[in-house]
Amino acid sequence: MTLLDVVLFLPLIGFFVLLVTSKENPNTIRVTALIISLLVFVVSLGLLVPYWFASPAGYTFTTDASWITYPPIRYHVGLDGLSLWLVLLSTLLTPIAVLISWKHIDHRVKEFFAFLILLEFGLIGVFVAVDLFLFYVFWEVTLVPMYFLIGIWGHDRRIYAAVKFFLYTMAGSVLMLGAIIYLYNKSGSFDYLEILSQLQTGRLVLDPHAQQLLFLAFFVSFAIKVPLFPLHTWLPDAHVEAPTAGSVMLASVMLKMGTYGLLRYCLPLFPSAARNAAPWVASLAIIGIVYGALVALVQPNMKKLVAYSSVSHLGFVVLGIFSFTQQGLDGAVYQMLNHGISTGALFMLVGYLYERRHSLEISAYGGVATPAPNLAIVALITTLASIGLPMLNNFVGEYLVLQGASQTNFTWVVFAAIGVILSACYMLWLYQRTFYGKASESVAHHMYDLTPREWAAILPLLLLMFWMGTFTQSFMPSISAQNASILQQTNLRQTNMPQVGRATVPPGVLGQIPVAEVSSAR
Amino acid sequence: MPASFPPDAFPVAAEYFRVLPEIILTLVATFIVFLEAVLDDRQKRIFGPLSIAGLAAAMVAAVTANSDPGNAFHHMLVIDGFASFFRVLVIGIGILTIFGSTDYLAREKSNGGEYYALILYSIVGQCVMVTANELIMVFIGLEISSIASYVLAGYLRDDARNNESALKYFLLGSFATAFLLYGVAWIYGTTGSTNLDQIRQVLGSSQAPSLILTGTAAALMFVGFGFKISAVPFQVWAPDVYQGAPSPVSAFLSVGPKAAAFAVMIRVFMTAFGPITARWEPFVWGCALATMVVGNFAAILQSNIKRMLAYSSIAHAGYVLVAVTAHSDIGSAAAMFYLAAYAFTNLGAFAVVTYFSRKGEKYVTIEDFAGLAQRQPAMAAMLTLFLMSLIGVPLTGGFFGKFYIFKAALDANLVWLAVLGLLNSAVAAYYYLRILVVMYMKEPGASMDDLAPAGGALKIAVYASAVGTLVLGIFPGWVLDFASKAALK
Repeated sequence: MTLLDVVLFLPLIGFFVLLVTSKENPNTIRVTALIISLLVFVVSLGLLVPYWFASPAGYTFTTDASWITYPPIRYHVGLDGLSLWLVLLSTLLTPIAVLISWKHIDHRVKEFFAFLILLEFGLIGVFVAVDLFLFYVFWEVTLVPMYFLIGIWGHDRRIYAAVKFFLYTMAGSVLMLGAIIYLYNKSGSFDYLEILSQLQTGRLVLDPHAQQLLFLAFFVSFAIKVPLFPLHTWLPDAHVEAPTAGSVMLASVMLKMGTYGLLRYCLPLFPSAARNAAPWVASLAIIGIVYGALVALVQPNMKKLVAYSSVSHLGFVVLGIFSFTQQGLDGAVYQMLNHGISTGALFMLVGYLYERRHSLEISAYGGVATPAPNLAIVALITTLASIGLPMLNNFVGEYLVLQGASQTNFTWVVFAAIGVILSACYMLWLYQRTFYGKASESVAHHMYDLTPREWAAILPLLLLMFWMGTFTQSFMPSISAQNASILQQTNLRQTNMPQVGRATVPPGVLGQIPVAEVSSAR
Repeated sequence: MPASFPPDAFPVAAEYFRVLPEIILTLVATFIVFLEAVLDDRQKRIFGPLSIAGLAAAMVAAVTANSDPGNAFHHMLVIDGFASFFRVLVIGIGILTIFGSTDYLAREKSNGGEYYALILYSIVGQCVMVTANELIMVFIGLEISSIASYVLAGYLRDDARNNESALKYFLLGSFATAFLLYGVAWIYGTTGSTNLDQIRQVLGSSQAPSLILTGTAAALMFVGFGFKISAVPFQVWAPDVYQGAPSPVSAFLSVGPKAAAFAVMIRVFMTAFGPITARWEPFVWGCALATMVVGNFAAILQSNIKRMLAYSSIAHAGYVLVAVTAHSDIGSAAAMFYLAAYAFTNLGAFAVVTYFSRKGEKYVTIEDFAGLAQRQPAMAAMLTLFLMSLIGVPLTGGFFGKFYIFKAALDANLVWLAVLGLLNSAVAAYYYLRILVVMYMKEPGASMDDLAPAGGALKIAVYASAVGTLVLGIFPGWVLDFASKAALK
């Protein structure tokens, strides 16, 4: 039993603890949920130890035990440079989600926090599963709590949004299940590493047609989750109707399940199909970037605006992944984390405003900065981070993605960069309409500044925005090393010989932007 | 003994042991009928425990019989792993049905011995069906099971819905059985045998009779079985019957006779009609797809929960037909696992419906379930578990059932059937979610006012089904290992 198993199963234990807690006293439940989620976070920090000073190759903290003997389904979990940060993102965001729901959720409190903690269990599981079947199980497990979070505690059209969310994801994932079974029938194993090694050594050969269909089955399932244009329509509904904590978990972590899947499974398992599809996928990503930004520009509802901005931001991530360059992949992963932090913070701020004024319409606000200056400053930093101001986190990710994409096809960058400009337009305009101007009487009446609890929830995210924007080397080496090996896997079987250059640059130095620039100038 | 009898003319003791479950059940059922006449109303409460005891003894006998597999009564019956699996399954279904029924019967003030006797007789019929190695025995088993079921569907004889249900079930059911019998006659005429192994030999030999004749026989028999498993286009009776019959009976009908009919269908088509597989496979393929599509899309439109579960049961028959189409050992193991998982799940779901509907089955629309999660969270959670299993969410038996079935289909190169089936299961999520929506996301209405906590026996039925569903979902290997060994090749 490793530390990773503890991190994975602590939330499940916490879920049962919450279930048996008496529902008479809501505050006890809130405190219990907070303690559980903080405990998980603190324990999960231990996962950083092997990655802090080095970038170990392959999986660490692995556990490989038999679950079902026939067909051989194994409880095989492990951590690498890619999943490490996503696990930490999940464990960080859960206590924050508990904090922001403290007062917001006042009915059926016990069920709410129980579902929230169960969601954390599913999310961690998705990121650490090495067995394809186990991955699918966790993938589905995340669906159920989120469905209830949206459906019970959401806004007016919550039921429609919850059902739509469930059905979209389900439709995609059954295709993935079919593809997983097909892979098993061919290879005799559900183990990701086993299948990968069979593919690399040529023991398992997929003909191009089968590879294309399998890629599509996985891809559609992940693309719905990301969501990639034109499969994104569930997202605005789900985001707008979900309670604040639901929106935060959905945007910050659940969308990353899709991009994680693309990176982890679609690229290494089906390299040539993925490379063939790259122009199409990149086009969809760019359409998503521009379309998401344009739609965000005209939204009167601020939650919907942030939701569409997610479509735009996630487009960058997909573009980076399908650029098949070291910088593109690094940027994509970094952007996954950045989006989790800055958009999570944006949804929290929208939630803060909603708790005060009880409206999501931008027109109901204006002049908020006067009665609530601290809130305005926090919102400004978050807005600037989301736009991609240098020194703040999103800049690094977007820059690397564009850099990587430019190596593959410069035209992509031209269009994608429009999204960067538009993001400044809609975010700054939103900020201006909400915080500046003269405070109307109702705004002045309802508005108050950040409470200590609200500070506590958002402060970690603010610090991370600066940290990730300035000290990329704290995060990048392990990500880079992992991406290099993913790229190597996609290259190896294309040409059947190791490629000199990008993939063999020693990991660790790639993390810093100057090096990335040098290597691309080559 | 006259010298003209061959030495093996009379069955030996071991053969009687192999059919001990049927003997026990028949004796207990007959004893209950006798007691019904002599006991007063208060004493009749022992019928429930007595039936459970009888079923438990039969279960023990069925498990023991598995350690001594073989034929009985001149190859009329065969007790192999496949038969033992289904015998244990239908007896288990019987136990859960009895637990789910006693509170209902007390509530409707009609706690009669005939109810228990009919359930036991029906199970005897199903046991005969799954052990039959002979078309005549198949027919006899099917008739014993069906006639008992017809009566059960109309058990509350003063209730108009019960009457309608029983009459429809009887008329259509006997019509379908006639098809089966005609098919049996036809196959006897062409091959000269009713023994499954001998039919297989004849059909596989060089002097096989014309395909037109054997094909017609297979088709006629498929109609008979198709009715029992409610496969499209022979499904029209199911919604009306399930809706009208008493809830515990609907639960029983949707799993017991269905599992037995699938078992006998798999045995007949894989053993007797094995040599002409290529001929029937396309028909079963189409039938499987049509059954899934019709069941799922019709279920979306239902507002009555029993009717919805009826259409869902049609759809699930479609999934099992996918496994039948695969006609491999993996396919038949998958069907066995699926039917077991479905039995627990559906019995549990119907038990919650039985509990919720209250006297006279007043509350059976989906909207009536509004706010159940706030009044009876445990029951709502259990129904959620069963619905998740019906959707096929991981960690429930229903998920592994679907997984094995589609795995078998892909193994048999039925890629399109697998893909369409998987998409169907996504469509199905919609109507199951509707119940979750009203239970968890709507405020309680008038239907919650007189809702009392569930009685003890019903709780046992619900929780035992839940445990079964979860065990099959978390440790599927326990059942699947047995099924894989026992599967028909």
